[in-house]
Amino acid sequence: MSSDPSKLAFHDGWQYAPAPESTDHVSIDEQYELFIGGDFSKPEEERYFDTINPATEERLSSVALAGSADVDRAVKAARKAYSGAWSKMKAAERGKYIFRIARILQERAREFSVLESLDGGKPIRESRDIDIPLAAAHFFYYAGWADKLEYAFPGRTPKSLGVAGQVIPWNFPLLMASWKIAPALACGNTVVLKPAETTPLTAMRLAEVIREADLPPGVVNIITGAGETGAAIVNHEDVDKVAFTGSTDVGRIIQRSLAGTGKRYTLELGGKAANIIFADAAIDQAVEGIVNGIFFNQGHVCCAGSRLLVQESVAEEVIAKLKDRMETLIVGDPLDKNTDIGAINSAEQLDTIRSYLSIGREEGAEMYQSSCKVPETGYWCRPTIFTGVSQSNRIVQEEIFGPVLAIQTFRTLEEGLTKANNTPYGLSGGVWTDKGAKIFKMTQSIRAGVVWANTFNKFDPTSPFGGYKESGVGREGGLHGLDAYVTLES
Amino acid sequence: MAGSSSRVPVAKTYKIYIDGKFPRTESGRYFPLENSAGNVIANMCMGSRKDFRNSVVAARKAFPGWSSASAYLRGQIIYRIAEMLEGRSDQFVAELVLQGQSKRRAKKEVEATIDRLIYYAGWSDKYQQIFSAVNPVSSSHFNFSVLEATGVVSVLAPNDSSLLGLVSNVIPAIVGGNTCVVLASEKMPLCAVSFAEVLHASDVPGGVVNILTGYREELIGQFASHMDVNAVVFCDGDAEVARDIQERAADNIKRVIARVDADWAKEDSQNPYLIKETQETKTTWHPIGS
Repeated sequence: MSSDPSKLAFHDGWQYAPAPESTDHVSIDEQYELFIGGDFSKPEEERYFDTINPATEERLSSVALAGSADVDRAVKAARKAYSGAWSKMKAAERGKYIFRIARILQERAREFSVLESLDGGKPIRESRDIDIPLAAAHFFYYAGWADKLEYAFPGRTPKSLGVAGQVIPWNFPLLMASWKIAPALACGNTVVLKPAETTPLTAMRLAEVIREADLPPGVVNIITGAGETGAAIVNHEDVDKVAFTGSTDVGRIIQRSLAGTGKRYTLELGGKAANIIFADAAIDQAVEGIVNGIFFNQGHVCCAGSRLLVQESVAEEVIAKLKDRMETLIVGDPLDKNTDIGAINSAEQLDTIRSYLSIGREEGAEMYQSSCKVPETGYWCRPTIFTGVSQSNRIVQEEIFGPVLAIQTFRTLEEGLTKANNTPYGLSGGVWTDKGAKIFKMTQSIRAGVVWANTFNKFDPTSPFGGYKESGVGREGGLHGLDAYVTLES
Repeated sequence: MAGSSSRVPVAKTYKIYIDGKFPRTESGRYFPLENSAGNVIANMCMGSRKDFRNSVVAARKAFPGWSSASAYLRGQIIYRIAEMLEGRSDQFVAELVLQGQSKRRAKKEVEATIDRLIYYAGWSDKYQQIFSAVNPVSSSHFNFSVLEATGVVSVLAPNDSSLLGLVSNVIPAIVGGNTCVVLASEKMPLCAVSFAEVLHASDVPGGVVNILTGYREELIGQFASHMDVNAVVFCDGDAEVARDIQERAADNIKRVIARVDADWAKEDSQNPYLIKETQETKTTWHPIGS
């Protein structure tokens, strides 16, 4: 128990009984093949790689490693489906197939949630309440657009592009697959999708769903592999459009490699969002927003509020309350419904995060971590904050992609805004104040694609998402998400 | 012919336009512009990379003010540009003729340019309404998406359509609140400089449009690679040029807008989607509650 009577002692006094989600109803195959042309087939070179559970470090399954011959096969299947059944089909019928996918995802939501948490390490509460329902909703939203596209582009006639090559990250595996596949199909394109190396399992299960929905063979092809497989998709000459979500460094490589090819592309890249707390904000709510901003999904979020800018007069109070709140966060078994922060996605990512923890300390910042216990095996990082940082520190400038928050203070609105915008990124931002005019001043002036005011990390299929500056090109979601998958004719 | 009654005409020195001022190039270099008979019409500034960098600084400085000016004001100013151009149309026709265009074609081009300005002036307070959305999210939030200017845009204006082409690419960018740095047609650079004088007389704030003359081959790399430029527009060049621009643009994930093969004389080449190409979509969320 805490000796300070003004504080609630959460850590020792309050114990939660474990409430693990059962995994009985989820079967995982020994090995997964490539989903090409409506069938599962072995990779040409018959190479496979393991996917593990980052919470236990145990192997879950093996998945196929697609080589360039397999990529070629997948693109050919997508091309054949595009020139064949898919582009000849009535748009309304196309939409009905997408609706089917949405429905089956809803029906099998629990299975998908458990699998997502097993393979990626995210808390079951998040996969259950956010990832999987949003993925289904995304298919629902875009299904309805299939036969209404002419209303989305006044004065122009939208036409499909052809074959879309899509490469997605490991932080929201199924959700990112839905963000990519749903609008592509609604606009009449066919797809070759590669899930991330560390999180292939829900994508392979989505392949089963697509078969169950009886989509014409080749309309969606899902192939697994690492960076080389992704590069082979991006650089395949019969791909008409590339959609990538991942780091800015890889985004740059992709933009370069697409130069001169005439291929269309959308890039959803890194971020270093400022979450700005004014003295007149509802402080307790703001603290919840800070926690949600940086600790949601272990901080593996491109739009995470990884820079806290707090007005000087309330900095002490906000940081004290934040530390108290951090003490209550439960780090551990992703399948436990009590868990707030799950496993770091991979050993590699944990190394990256740890190197930034060292960099932060070496640069002279003060590190604070909550005192919670973490399991012995698996990849874990306690919620972490740095104070005493300056604008030029690497932990302020660079994306860490972990539960690590850099805290700075400001005095005037202008100073806060200048610091917020002093970054090459521009994906998201947050502002907390009770004053309406100040909200609009800030949300208008933050140079970022998504701005949350008095909330943070909210997502919806109807709401466009994407960055300014080096955070990417194009938008996904909503009406604006259609642009990426059509060409406009007069 | 030199009699006591004849007057010696005063030729114009063609300069570049940076930050609302008309300097000659900092490099002191020039290139002679010749007519079809091989006579020198003007000594054009051979703009340097330093001129370009200075222009980007001016454009960046002008961005906050211009992008937050009201849509109505931006429309008024663009309309004013049209008025000024109308008043000086004879000068522009004469310059086009001097550079080898037929009088008939020159007149048509100037008229089309004025009409294009009017067209985009009218869009200033409307494109937002066409392309914005209130998004019906499932949670209890008010959520809307609006367009905002992407920032500083570098424009490699068309070589063959020296006035209409330049205006057709610059105006959609600035009507949406961007500021820009423009490289004039290398073949026919005169109208670009005179157009800068029109801009200057139209209450366009200094730095919103900066216009350089010079050699494409020398400047194209900077236009594509500069780290404080958010988007690059180009209208000419083969596949190799396009590849080069796109590769360099990747350094800071610049938006690359290729408008190669466009016929700027066609009415269809004007549309609000050109405005949208240099815009970002911003989505704002706020809870609904008490």
